[in-house]
Amino acid sequence: MKLAYWMYAGPAHIGTLRIASSFKNVHAIMHAPLGDDYFNVMRSMLERDRNFTPVTASIVDRHVLAKGSQEKVINNITRKDKEENPDLVVLTPTCTSSILQEDLNNFVQRASIETEADVILADVNHYRVNELQASDRTLEQIVSFYINKVNRTQKLVVKKTSKPSVNIIGVLSLGFHHYHDLVDLKRLFHDLDIEINQIIPENASVHDLYKLPEAWFNFVPYREAGLLTAQFLSKEFNMPYVSITPMGLLNIKAAIKEIQGLLSELNCERNYDSYIDLQTKYVSQAAWFSRSIDCQNLTGKTAIVFGDATHAAAMTKILVKEMGIDVLWSGTYCINDQDWFREEVCELCSKVIITDDHNIIGDMIAKTEPNAIFGTQMERHIGKRLNIPCGVISSPVHIQNFPLSYKPFLGYEGTNQIADLIYNSFTLGMEEHLLDLFGGHDTTDILTDTLSSSKSVQWTREALQELTKIPGFVRGKVKRNTEKFALANQYHLISLEVMYEAKEKINS
Amino acid sequence: MQASTNNNITFECETGNYHTFCPISCVSWLYQKIEDSFFLVIGTKTCGYFLQNAMGVMIFAEPRYAMAELEEGDISAQLNDYEELKRLCLQIKKDRQPGVIFWIGTCTTEIIKMDLEGIAPKLEADIQIPIIVARANGLDYAFTQGEDTVLAAMAHRCPNQEYKNLNISKPENHKLIIFGSLPDTVVKQLSHELFKQNISIKGWLPAQRYSELPTIEAGDYVIGVNPFLSRTATTLMRRKKAKLISAPFPIGPDGTKAWIDKICHVFNIVPKGLSTRENDIWKNLEEYISLIRGKSVFFMGDNLLEISLARFLIRCGMIVYEIGIPYMDKRYQKAEIELLTQTCHKMGVKIPKIVEKPDNYNQLDRIRDLKPDLVITGMAHANPLEARGINTKWSVEFTFAPIHGFTNAKDILELITRPLRRNNGLKNISDNIYITHNSKH
Repeated sequence: MKLAYWMYAGPAHIGTLRIASSFKNVHAIMHAPLGDDYFNVMRSMLERDRNFTPVTASIVDRHVLAKGSQEKVINNITRKDKEENPDLVVLTPTCTSSILQEDLNNFVQRASIETEADVILADVNHYRVNELQASDRTLEQIVSFYINKVNRTQKLVVKKTSKPSVNIIGVLSLGFHHYHDLVDLKRLFHDLDIEINQIIPENASVHDLYKLPEAWFNFVPYREAGLLTAQFLSKEFNMPYVSITPMGLLNIKAAIKEIQGLLSELNCERNYDSYIDLQTKYVSQAAWFSRSIDCQNLTGKTAIVFGDATHAAAMTKILVKEMGIDVLWSGTYCINDQDWFREEVCELCSKVIITDDHNIIGDMIAKTEPNAIFGTQMERHIGKRLNIPCGVISSPVHIQNFPLSYKPFLGYEGTNQIADLIYNSFTLGMEEHLLDLFGGHDTTDILTDTLSSSKSVQWTREALQELTKIPGFVRGKVKRNTEKFALANQYHLISLEVMYEAKEKINS
Repeated sequence: MQASTNNNITFECETGNYHTFCPISCVSWLYQKIEDSFFLVIGTKTCGYFLQNAMGVMIFAEPRYAMAELEEGDISAQLNDYEELKRLCLQIKKDRQPGVIFWIGTCTTEIIKMDLEGIAPKLEADIQIPIIVARANGLDYAFTQGEDTVLAAMAHRCPNQEYKNLNISKPENHKLIIFGSLPDTVVKQLSHELFKQNISIKGWLPAQRYSELPTIEAGDYVIGVNPFLSRTATTLMRRKKAKLISAPFPIGPDGTKAWIDKICHVFNIVPKGLSTRENDIWKNLEEYISLIRGKSVFFMGDNLLEISLARFLIRCGMIVYEIGIPYMDKRYQKAEIELLTQTCHKMGVKIPKIVEKPDNYNQLDRIRDLKPDLVITGMAHANPLEARGINTKWSVEFTFAPIHGFTNAKDILELITRPLRRNNGLKNISDNIYITHNSKH
């Protein structure tokens, strides 16, 4: 057993649901007890989804515990097939169902006889993988299912597109700024004169998946989901892939260079040098910004970085190599990808932290006292407590990290957004610091903000105590209204009773 | 679908495929209510993920709750449950020094049959902190029923009789204990209402602190403030030999009056000025009521407050199409159902059907047909319904906002009318349909 109240990566089934619900017309059925369908709330709340989340639960209750699911799961699958006509139903085990050890595969076999839809069982072990690993695995599973399906009926004949083309793999729902990133990735490939063959899983149709091999190569923007699929396609169809995250000027350059090399191996000579130069100098403002004197003040400032492997590694590189900031330590909670992460950042900072325990991170931040933090929502709150500014760069996130305005982290526009994020984090810190130095904000309590100066109304001790329980931002208003009410009714002493009476009678 | 009738009310039961919160969510309000408590939820990452996300910002305020996250070794019994729990509880004792530790059993502890009730007394003796076990799992219960399991377990710990020498001249003319967790302010307000009728309260279950749990003796009277406390009521009756006062719940001025009336009746007191008080409150509510009179509402059902809220809204002049509810205890809610029936007769409307264990998919079908003015529902359906031009109110807010007593009737209507008031302001932008063209429903 482990004592914990916060986790960086969610349970496995969340990963599976994120993949399933990203595809078009795919329905997930969770084998789960009542209340485990919290995923729907997150989709509906965080992404403000206008549609019903295509996830339902086949409820595990006492009867299931006693007698097994029997026909229940099968009925739920066939029912959903009739109601929604999905292309694919993904039966999703949860931690509860995985210890019941029912033969879910058997249910899938039997249900698929009756359904129009394809039915598969998500192959993830709850006690061994987390949300991110499960999403990677489920995506691979769905892709290989559909490629094998075509292979079985008519041998898949792969015809490459005439012009260079790419599949973008791993853009999914509830991903950190994924939709904004996708817009910038599309622009990048357009500029590079590379066609986009397919984008998966976001809004993709499973029936088009067999066309994936028609692309010249695959592009995996995030390490957390998509690598397994890219490796599968590489093995089956000898498709090369690029997995450099185009986040920050240096990474974008590296990614484009690799694409250039890869195209040249496929006998397509391209030279992107002038494009990179133009974008770096004039489209992205980040390089010039780093050069401008404002940013001189950031030299030698200290920061720490923590997040998923993709974003934490890229952010560390940007801070050190592109902004000249001293990163004290950098870390990730993606323990399974730690070798890659160490390799990426070991040259850039003196210490690498691999942990999924937020307490260790909190202690580390308190001990090293950086000028700014770049982390997840958890680090933001640690920063609040320690009075250190924080820029959020990675999941897990809150609703404010699903902004309406265009805020990519990838591509050339992403570099601008990141530069703003970094600069604002530090200047806020500077302002605070200067204010402290010169006597702080004007925090004189507004004591006259009350009607009781005439002294004709007094508060009983109990009532005053009750008043302190009212949240600060409305307390003044409640106090004044109650006093107004007391004056109007010629009460000279405000007791609890008068307070309640005031609340009932005043329509405000 | 099974149906049965009772006093012209139709009860139906659907498939139970509906969205609600897991009952372990009760720790979020109970740890705040019971100040010296610590809640240890013994479950998996799934439970932790739910709490972490459902509790939002509360999670960062160093809450007095934690997960005992089960690992593969715990599931396959390679690790000793007693030793593992002891290790964690000692750490909690060291870090937080709580007055009581609650163990919240989950689906997983049920399935692997972890003997929490058996381990707790031994460990309690070992580490010298009371340990209370409540099985608030999604296999058996929905959302607010979690509190019911916790209070039922706490009821066992209420002392049977006071130490006579400690009981110094404290006149107890009424042996009344109220059960149900409410914010401190609401507790004071309700106590005050009863005080005005010359009724003193012996205690509340739960109290502010574990050490202040009320004494409950055989023959004491108990009354609930919330409709989801049927196990607690049963425990108090069967194990503590207390007498349950069956009354409607003090939600809305009508409910509050009926609740106080019933208590007065039991203690042979003629209530003073109660009708005037109720009427005054109704008068103050008129501004809100004028917004909802004649409008229709549909409860999808997820927190068991539905019957009481529907009854209040019908009295406000609304038309209720359907009352979805996770679980319906017809005995514990008897008086509330009777008041609902009376209210319908009084207002001249049809008694709505009560749908137990609803099926959300079927409900959405009915909502599409009925086009109610307001749907009270969980967050999973709220945004998609809004995009289809249907006003919604998030049901969970009713469990966190103060809604009990005369004083807070306004708060209920504040919540109910919010979407209607908001939409009046938005008319100028466009019609209210925001779905994309390829969405099926």
